[in-house]
Amino acid sequence: MASVAHEGHGHDHHGEHHHHEENFISKYIFSQDHKMIGKQFLMTAVFMGLVAMILSILFRIQLAWPGESSDFLSFFLGERWAPNGVLKEDMYLGLVTIHGTIMVFFLLTGGLSGTFSNLLIPLQLGARDMASGFLNMLSYWFFFLSSLLMLVSLFVESGPAMAGWTIYPPLSALPQAVSGSGLGMTLWLFSMTIFIASSLIGSLNYIVTVINLRTQGMSMTRMPLTIWAFFVTAILGVLSFPVLLSAALLLVMDRLAGTSFYLSDIIVGGEMLANHGGSPLLYQHLFWFLGHPEVYIVLLPALGLSSEIIATNARKPIFGYKAMIGSILAIGFLSFIVWGHHMFVTGMNPFLGSVFVFTTLLIAIPSAVKVFNYLTTLWKGSLVLTPAMLFAIGLVSTFITGGVTGIILADSALDIALHDTYFVVAHFHIVMGMSAVFGMFGGVYHWFPKMFGRMMNMRLGYAHFWVTLIGAYGVFFPMHFVGLAGAPRRYYDYTVYAENDSVTADMMLDLNVVITIFAIFAALGQLIFLFNFFYSIFRGPKAPQNPWDSNTLEWTTPVEHVHGNWPGALPVVHRWPYDYSKPGADTDFIPQDVPLAEGEEEH
Amino acid sequence: MENKLIILIVIILGAIAIAQLVRVYEISAKLRKNGEHEVTNRDNRLNARLMLGFMIALFVGFIYLMAAYGWTGRGEAASLEGKETDWLLNLNFVIVILIFFFTNFLLFFFTFKYVRKPGVKAFYYPHNNKLEMIWTVVPAIVLAVIIILGLQTWNDLVAPTDKEAIRIELFSKQFDWTARYAGQDNTLGKYDYKLTTDKNELALLTSNTIDSAINNMLNGLNGISRIQKLLNNRDTIFNDSTSIALRTELSRKERLYRLLAQMKANHNKKLDASAWDDIIEDTLVLCKGQQYEISLRAKDVIHSAFFMHMRAQMNAVPGMPTRMKFTPSLTTEEMRKSKNNPAFNYTLMCNKICGGAHYKMKMIVLVKDKAAYDAWMKSKKKETFKDKYFPAPAAPSAPVADAAADTTMKN
Repeated sequence: MASVAHEGHGHDHHGEHHHHEENFISKYIFSQDHKMIGKQFLMTAVFMGLVAMILSILFRIQLAWPGESSDFLSFFLGERWAPNGVLKEDMYLGLVTIHGTIMVFFLLTGGLSGTFSNLLIPLQLGARDMASGFLNMLSYWFFFLSSLLMLVSLFVESGPAMAGWTIYPPLSALPQAVSGSGLGMTLWLFSMTIFIASSLIGSLNYIVTVINLRTQGMSMTRMPLTIWAFFVTAILGVLSFPVLLSAALLLVMDRLAGTSFYLSDIIVGGEMLANHGGSPLLYQHLFWFLGHPEVYIVLLPALGLSSEIIATNARKPIFGYKAMIGSILAIGFLSFIVWGHHMFVTGMNPFLGSVFVFTTLLIAIPSAVKVFNYLTTLWKGSLVLTPAMLFAIGLVSTFITGGVTGIILADSALDIALHDTYFVVAHFHIVMGMSAVFGMFGGVYHWFPKMFGRMMNMRLGYAHFWVTLIGAYGVFFPMHFVGLAGAPRRYYDYTVYAENDSVTADMMLDLNVVITIFAIFAALGQLIFLFNFFYSIFRGPKAPQNPWDSNTLEWTTPVEHVHGNWPGALPVVHRWPYDYSKPGADTDFIPQDVPLAEGEEEH
Repeated sequence: MENKLIILIVIILGAIAIAQLVRVYEISAKLRKNGEHEVTNRDNRLNARLMLGFMIALFVGFIYLMAAYGWTGRGEAASLEGKETDWLLNLNFVIVILIFFFTNFLLFFFTFKYVRKPGVKAFYYPHNNKLEMIWTVVPAIVLAVIIILGLQTWNDLVAPTDKEAIRIELFSKQFDWTARYAGQDNTLGKYDYKLTTDKNELALLTSNTIDSAINNMLNGLNGISRIQKLLNNRDTIFNDSTSIALRTELSRKERLYRLLAQMKANHNKKLDASAWDDIIEDTLVLCKGQQYEISLRAKDVIHSAFFMHMRAQMNAVPGMPTRMKFTPSLTTEEMRKSKNNPAFNYTLMCNKICGGAHYKMKMIVLVKDKAAYDAWMKSKKKETFKDKYFPAPAAPSAPVADAAADTTMKN
């Protein structure tokens, strides 16, 4: 029904297109076309990711060679923040904070879910566009504005926010405690407020589109796993981001209106504050109520993309399609009741802690199901190792490697000694950071032909993959051992250990040098990607209709983008998206819009 | 100068590399007529082999790192509780390392083995309920074991301490730690942050400290009377912002003053004794084999007391008391031998971001055997809070002086 009604609308739209040429502004800037908005998200996120990566290299240099003068630092930070090429303590915290914020929110939330939800939801569902093109445009421009504010905060005189990406008050509430908690923190809060608005508008749009605009025959259980992942991600976003907004608003009140939500009995900078009765733990509960689902907001789209890429390039149906949907739903549900595992040693009631141990470890079950399903999909496949496929396999590897250390950290008794050490940093960078980044790269290599109508260079893609994989493991593997040795995160200089335990200090410093060298290596490797990406947009070979012989609907649209996606009628779906190498078929793939042959059974 | 030259050379080389890349790209694009979407069997096999090679490198790297660094940094656990959690950690490590090897092996090996071969079709295998059941139930059983063992240990670690446990408070502020021992009565004196003065940095609650805090609030360097004087002075005119700032400060201080006055009215003098005998130190000295009940307090922002060698940690939160417990099981001397480092010292580090000098916030911890600890404790007998608050010669007259100041100010 819905699709029929929509079809009429699409025809109108298409007709309009002929006698109304779009101008530059409505086509490239204030575009309401989901494909263009997806590309806008991608470009902005790639730029933000680049900034965050450079920030990380800056502080990695300080960690590997503490106190040594570096021209690289003075070049980027100037005399103000790196006098004589030595990073200032406050700016170190600023770099760490903004690196985390940008990577988690702007690259992996905006960039991953924003780009691919926008691009793929209408295309894979057989819809003309998002439910609301205007809201979709608004979502991007809010994202753009919040990115801009976050970048501006790097340039204010008192420095950017410096309380870590989790901005725990009272540190983030008191400008007397650290210089970044002045204007920098205010900008951070405003930027995130706008970001949350962007995310909410976007997510609501995704949900409505998935529920209402599926083409004829596209039942929920015929949707590609990408769409399932985006759908659940959007629901998580809608339910959890408002809680972050409330946390941020209360913090704004404490900072600007003199309230005491998070402040109690404080003397700072020689000044006795009258605030009484607030609780810093309240903030932590609110923050992590978003913070933990956020991990899955980042991870689920990557898992969805990789499911699609792996099935296509293994030339096999994804193993256990229904179990994959079930585990996405289970992960989504459980992600809301595990937030306390970030707070085992914060003074939270220990009994509550034990409840969170239980729920957290439960999440390992659907995660294990997903991993084994991936492995079985590869088993007896006929693997085509495109760069996208390599990244998707890399994702499964990092998902395992980072996931198993989560089992240790979820165990409250073991978390006591590891909480806030580099072991945690290694854990979440591998399981969340690398997995999501690999998923994103996989997605870009796989759907680049759909986005730009051209192909990326494959050899450069291979080079990029290998540098990234080796670099990523080279950075984060040794980090576990720095953490096991007891190195707290967010330390400016680990030589403070030398005084009381020189052996351990030497070990930390040795490993830090190794980590930084790998980090620089991996960062340089991203230049290959940037070059390949931008060069191919303009000069890559023209893409064929269906470059990867894939089943999903996006490959039935013309290579040259048109408004409304399909020039004629919308495709009708007759089968699930994973009919690869089906016995009895002529080809090793059967697109979703091909009717069942006589006597053929659905999977 | 040299470095700048190097940076310049790197930039030039980078530019050349990119130019070369473009050329390679264009030539390869011409050579490969397939338009970048067909993976050749050669590329496919090469990447499959590289995947297997990478797996071997990953495993070898892991084993090397584990052997070289796995336990060197931590050293053995220096508390009874730490021994328990280390045992559990090792068990968990065995489990997760097995999973890590097993699943990563399958992943890379399948990638290597099932790479496309001409003429071999993929096996259509959409699902198998029995298999899916197996890998739901088996992880669930393993996790049940992990959860049960973990929660047993956790419950031990957070259970209340015995009566004989020695009570110590760790007071944290940007950027140092202070230890407060409960003294003879093993009861920590009460405190209230409003009582903080130069002489009473830990804001302990006694009749005298209340009086001096009130005095300080009224007549101190930035006390109420001074602000009132400034505001009431007809000869000076403040600009708006200064005047607003002064008035805000005044109303805040008046509020604090009222609260202090209330505190004075409700104060139970019997509580004084438990504070007077407390001992305040900037090194933490502990006794081997003795259980400790440690209270934590923060003055400004959140800090975290991290005893990495004891495997103990707890946050100190402004406005909210927190607690931890542990029983040191190795003296500093024993640990020096164990780590083969005569200069080693236990350290208490701050492990919650707390400002610019966060990384420097630490305190030395000395663990002594019973005899040495008792001797140390004896030497501190005459250094209680009372002894320090009323320095020896002036001891009898000090409270009177305070009271006198109190009366003068009331007039």
